[in-house]
Amino acid sequence: MCGIAGLIHRGKSSNVGSELQGMLQALKHRGEDSTGYALYGDTDGKNFIMRFKVGENVGEGSSSIMEDVSVYDERKKIVDQTLAEMGAKVVKEERTLPYSLRYELDYNVKDLLEFSQRIESIPGVEILSMGKSLEVIKDLGNAKMVCDRYSLDKVVGTHAIGHARMATESGVDIKSAHPFWGYPFSDVSVVHNGQLTNYWNNRRVLENKGMRFMSECDSELIAVYIAEKMRDGATLEEGMKASLTGLDGVFTYFVATKDSLGMAKDTMAAKPLVLYESDDLVAMGSEEIAIRSVLPQEIDTYDPFDGEVKVWQI
Amino acid sequence: MANLKTVSKKSKAQSMGMHTEVLTGRTQQKFFNPDEAENFYYFGTYDVDFNKRTELDVKDMTAPEANKEIDNLMSQGYGTIVIKNPQGKHSLGVGILNKLNLIFEGSLGYFGMGSCDGPIVRINGRVGWSCAENLMAGKVVIEKNAGSCFGAAIRGGDLICKGSVGARTGIDMKGGTIIIGGDAGAFTGFMMQRGRIIILGDVGINLGDSMYDGTIFVGGEIGSYGSDAVDAELTKSDQDWLKRKLKVAEIGENFDVGKMKKIVAGKKLWNYDNLEPTEKKGAI
Repeated sequence: MCGIAGLIHRGKSSNVGSELQGMLQALKHRGEDSTGYALYGDTDGKNFIMRFKVGENVGEGSSSIMEDVSVYDERKKIVDQTLAEMGAKVVKEERTLPYSLRYELDYNVKDLLEFSQRIESIPGVEILSMGKSLEVIKDLGNAKMVCDRYSLDKVVGTHAIGHARMATESGVDIKSAHPFWGYPFSDVSVVHNGQLTNYWNNRRVLENKGMRFMSECDSELIAVYIAEKMRDGATLEEGMKASLTGLDGVFTYFVATKDSLGMAKDTMAAKPLVLYESDDLVAMGSEEIAIRSVLPQEIDTYDPFDGEVKVWQI
Repeated sequence: MANLKTVSKKSKAQSMGMHTEVLTGRTQQKFFNPDEAENFYYFGTYDVDFNKRTELDVKDMTAPEANKEIDNLMSQGYGTIVIKNPQGKHSLGVGILNKLNLIFEGSLGYFGMGSCDGPIVRINGRVGWSCAENLMAGKVVIEKNAGSCFGAAIRGGDLICKGSVGARTGIDMKGGTIIIGGDAGAFTGFMMQRGRIIILGDVGINLGDSMYDGTIFVGGEIGSYGSDAVDAELTKSDQDWLKRKLKVAEIGENFDVGKMKKIVAGKKLWNYDNLEPTEKKGAI
């Protein structure tokens, strides 16, 4: 089933970590195999923030194979070495969990493709997000468990999207959890509720064009599909509109960039979405109760129609 | 209404205002017999007094707790209940099988007022997916917008949304009337079997897709027609009925019903058989 939620504050910052936690926790009955956050925090915009994993969470119903923690240390060492070789200086390093790391990098490059390919060529290493504002945090368990584990409730920023997952077509693991980073674009993330039926056809085409897939989760296709459109010069909105015909199946998805948030709904409107819009806040989720967790007062909400695409700026 | 005791069985349903078209072939219809009314006992119903009024704040209640409390209030004879702070909770007000004046001061989530038979409900807010699913009788009025699958599989009653509704409104409906003041999404009237849908605004793609029977009236633009949905002539009697219905529904009273389009089933997809499977075996 899965649940998605997102919000964007326009013209101001807020405690988006805590707000998104409340929204996703309200949707936990839609799935709590894993939960993911894409948070756009207030930063000085100088350094890249790289969230990456060197292993999987093997507890809590995970479908991953148990590995010795020492393997994680080995992989981290290789990542550090590779970064040094590429001239990326680690300004700040956090290791929240043995398999999950956050680096702030002093690194001056526009095209992240080569950078990402080198890091991810290290076996067992996956970049969860790369950007100057975006941080993707995803792990097994419900929204509160993940929020507590990574201390996300204090994150201040302008916008955020998140996902509460019920695993159906792929494993219960972090690599299949949402949000997906719009590789290799800085600060692009995607969450999705639905099923894509032309996943393999599209994947083969995109892989032949040099795009990369890290999981076998159909939702990852949306991130890669839009990233490829943007690489060819399309705007976010143009890429999303193209997806309405390019992607087959049922879907409602959100895409976020450094300064915008968008939603798209398939032409059959088979997946739910409730939307609240005001001058200073847009909040949306699979169910109204998600929005109610940040706006308990009586508000006007609506369901976007079939085939609708909307994009908001901060 | 005609005297039900004197009309023929074939036209009894029409005399009761249930539908205008008679389905050919075998049917399972069973009609209410007024002579046996006093022998009916409807389990889980209460005699309530509309003048006995109370308020219920459900802010800190779960949906089952709130529904149980509504049931408890009805058992005490309260006929008018005002629900405060529903806050988009799912499945509120379900399974009410008697007359009741129910008012929600706020919005409902999914499956609000599902499987009801008789209550008069006003929702001063929005409703989520599948509002009033399987409604048998009564009236549900929504002051704002509604989600998808609005009035799914209703058998009777009036379901009114003053705002816009999502996709698949009236999917599989088997009777009753759905009235929309705004626009409606894709697949409106999908596989409907009987009843009427009135949309004052625009409607999305695949209107009336695979509808078996029933009638859809549209005041605005139609995205596209679904399979086997066709235009029909809007008669004087249709217009009179529309005017009366819109007035009673407190919505679009001055709407120019003469410009509405009438959509019915082309009946090309019909594939009914007069023989049951077991009878077929015997015939062979």
